[in-house]
Amino acid sequence: MEKGFLPRENLSQLHAVLCQQGYKVIGPQVKDGAIVFDGLRDIADLPWGIVEHTEAGAYRLEDTGDNRCFAWNNGPQGLKPWLFKSQQTVWRGEATSDGIRFKSEQPSPQPLAFIGIRSCDISALYLQDKHFMHSAYADPWYTAQRKQLCLIAVNCSRSNDTCFCESTGDGVEATYGYDILLDELDDGYLVDVKSERGRAITAALPLQPGSQQHHKQAQRQLKNARHQQRVMPDAEQLLKLLEHLNDKHWQDIAERCLACGNCTLTCPTCFCSKQEAEVEPVSGEHHQVRYWDSCFSEKHGYIAGMQLRGDVSQRYRQWMTHKLATWQAQYDRSGCVGCGRCISWCPAAIDIVAEANLILGDDHD
Amino acid sequence: MLQRPLKVAIHKLTSCSGCQLAFINQGPKLLKLLEFVEFTHFIEAGLFAPDQEVDVALIEGSVSTHDDLKRLVNARQRAKLLVSIGACATSGGVQALRNMADDKENWKRAVYAHPEFIEELQDCTAVATHVKVDFELWGCPVTQQQVTECLRQLHAGVKPKDNAEKLCMECKRQGNVCVLITQQAPCLGPVVRTGCGALCPSFGKACYGCFGPSEQPNCESLTNRMTGFGLMPNDIVHRFAAIHSQSPPYQQQIARWRLQDLEGSD
Repeated sequence: MEKGFLPRENLSQLHAVLCQQGYKVIGPQVKDGAIVFDGLRDIADLPWGIVEHTEAGAYRLEDTGDNRCFAWNNGPQGLKPWLFKSQQTVWRGEATSDGIRFKSEQPSPQPLAFIGIRSCDISALYLQDKHFMHSAYADPWYTAQRKQLCLIAVNCSRSNDTCFCESTGDGVEATYGYDILLDELDDGYLVDVKSERGRAITAALPLQPGSQQHHKQAQRQLKNARHQQRVMPDAEQLLKLLEHLNDKHWQDIAERCLACGNCTLTCPTCFCSKQEAEVEPVSGEHHQVRYWDSCFSEKHGYIAGMQLRGDVSQRYRQWMTHKLATWQAQYDRSGCVGCGRCISWCPAAIDIVAEANLILGDDHD
Repeated sequence: MLQRPLKVAIHKLTSCSGCQLAFINQGPKLLKLLEFVEFTHFIEAGLFAPDQEVDVALIEGSVSTHDDLKRLVNARQRAKLLVSIGACATSGGVQALRNMADDKENWKRAVYAHPEFIEELQDCTAVATHVKVDFELWGCPVTQQQVTECLRQLHAGVKPKDNAEKLCMECKRQGNVCVLITQQAPCLGPVVRTGCGALCPSFGKACYGCFGPSEQPNCESLTNRMTGFGLMPNDIVHRFAAIHSQSPPYQQQIARWRLQDLEGSD
């Protein structure tokens, strides 16, 4: 289908249509020095003119003063916290005179429309779908919310210094998984639509036909975004990480690694959790709560009375070899989508791409 | 599970009493707690019976004076289990900064009008330095949740569950933006034990480390990183020489960066 064009002054109508159709609109905003997805009350709250500068262990926003609101690439989180919640009660128990009464925790999804999701976010979403919806035990809370998502994706017009989606095959252009796709141009937005849900929205927008100039600019921007500094080795090379389990380099990483879990919690595909039994002090009701966990936590490796990964070097090795190598057998591809969050949000400035390349060393060249 | 209330004494050594307030501040939850706990000795609540035999002695405060030590030994002898609560009891607390003073007599004169009235031990130390401790609740101050959970578990006859997870985990769960990354702030989160609910980072401030060292704290790497943010050795010393200066991992960094500071000023 031919792409339409939405002049910039009409972007607010996209927001209005989404609200009319019953969606809660979630959009990128500047919060505490980062691009954060949150309830979007008004198009004016989008990060107009903002781009981010990233490097290993650093993230900084710059106000360029231009008239774009999607010139940035990403912030600390994408879709993950909205579907795989950081804290989820899974069941409740109450002590009664007849014994313990169990109550299940029903999902409470709502129609959510995300504006500004990127190609890498969609890849990550599909990976989380495999884990939470299409595995032997589907997750009811994830599944219920997943079915009520409307995704308005945006193609990247640039890449920040920690992006490497070109080498993982997950960017910079979104090709699937969205309802509507935008290219942000000088004077407005090229609008592509993929789904019935998307068509119901674009039908209510004052779209004009996209001109050849618009298409040319969109192509130029994608070409610009494809210039990325980091290159993740390909899937076949990554499998060779498993031949390096006894390398001294893991120890070198562990000297720097804080085992704080930031890489895993900002990673859009990491899915590990733990459960805690909690008691509500006044009512005495018991809550079984699932929390985000990390393979860097000490207790995560504690299984059946034994610590399997006592050293941080073993934990980093576990994370990297699972994410990049053994994930391939589990979910048919590497678990890395090239968003670079684990690099920029690592307080110790550890760069997974650099480390993987170092470990693979000569094998890779 | 005990079929009677758990007998609990709260002993105060050198401290600000803030941890005892974790009980009193609970409101209706305190009444719920009293369904399975009987306080025998709790000065802040008006109960005085330090010599009574109890199931659990909760010790607040550091061992700073001869009297502290005498009362601690007595409390240990009269309790089946002893739990130290709060920063002072677990690592010495703020007052243990005096251990680091080069000239202790001068220090005392600078603080007190009549230093001759101050009778203190050579160093200010944690409870575990002197008696066997069965469990520790870290935090400055400890939270209502910590003390209630611990007593509930002891009443149920199970070993209290420890949580030494890094603060970053809780901070990320709350969706806070990392201040280390966006502000290059000297946040102690990656080496600090969870428990406060990531209070300071949720207001955009770097963690001060009220809950002490976490599991496997890599303070060496974190402080190396802080020098990259432009912190001078003395700034790093001050970050760690605060609430838990006497905990071994923090003590090590204080010594390391003090030395760097001295070498730098030569």
